[in-house]
Amino acid sequence: MAKHIAVIGDAESIKGFSAVGLDIYPCDDLNEAGALLRRIADSDTYAVIYLTETVFLAVEKVRARYQDRLTPAIIPIPGVTGNKGTGTRRLSSFVEKAVGSDIIFNN
Amino acid sequence: MAVMNVNPTRMQLSKLKKQLVTAVRGHKMLKDKRDELMRQFLELVRQTRDLRDKVERELENCNNHFVNASAVMSKEALDGALLSPKQQVNVEIGSKNVMSVEIPQFEAGKRTADEGDIFPYGFAFTSFELDDAVMSLDRVLPDLILLAQYEKSCELMSAEIEKTRRRVNSLEHVMIPRYQETIKFISMKLEENDRSSRTRLMKVKDMLLDKAHGYSKTMNQ
Repeated sequence: MAKHIAVIGDAESIKGFSAVGLDIYPCDDLNEAGALLRRIADSDTYAVIYLTETVFLAVEKVRARYQDRLTPAIIPIPGVTGNKGTGTRRLSSFVEKAVGSDIIFNN
Repeated sequence: MAVMNVNPTRMQLSKLKKQLVTAVRGHKMLKDKRDELMRQFLELVRQTRDLRDKVERELENCNNHFVNASAVMSKEALDGALLSPKQQVNVEIGSKNVMSVEIPQFEAGKRTADEGDIFPYGFAFTSFELDDAVMSLDRVLPDLILLAQYEKSCELMSAEIEKTRRRVNSLEHVMIPRYQETIKFISMKLEENDRSSRTRLMKVKDMLLDKAHGYSKTMNQ
């Protein structure tokens, strides 16, 4: 079954994504982001959900529910305020989890 | 290492020996699985890192375009232009089995084939900066989807590697030594029983001979 792609974040960062065919969910209140993510992820219509870094860091508990599942893939992207390095840190945490210590990003 | 709480019998011994063989074989296979997963994982992580650097650079570029567009257009005009999108991305989800880990494969398609459909607005009242912004976002989209696929795969593989590593360690440092100790304990116990029954028999034989022929008396004289 074909699924879609969603983007959650502050309106300013994500509005362009709607033009290229992604569903956007503006969320300027970080307290509501968790509930929004849960609603979208549980609807099972999205293969990938992109979150801006600020939202990504605010919904850690909700994200944990979906980390063992094949979909949705919840991926951080930099917002309009600039790159904070969340994505790289996340990758580095995967390496640390698998290897025991980070042997790829520590240089 | 603690010996298991079992009865020291021959049946138990042969059962434990079989279990040890299975444990050793399982340990070897899991170790191989871990090594291969690790190799593929590290390769994937390197690819993901490069792709993420590229995507982040391009997204920053897109954001700059959008900032430029919002500088020359009013907020209402910009929001209005992007209000009703024509295009929709559909993702077909497949999965690939890598050493018993299911990793996703995303195949992206678009609702309409027309490349111009990424512009949901008329060109008369919008700035060319907005066109640039939307076009650059459209260019980064395939990489963005590939990044999602790679990162999800990394996430799933790292969890599986961690699990496999724990299993390998528990077999190597706990289960196998425990089986070996228990097997040693039972075989020593059985030998001990063997020796004790043999001495008892010898003693009984001595007593019987003594009774029949009175050897002990002649030896004492």
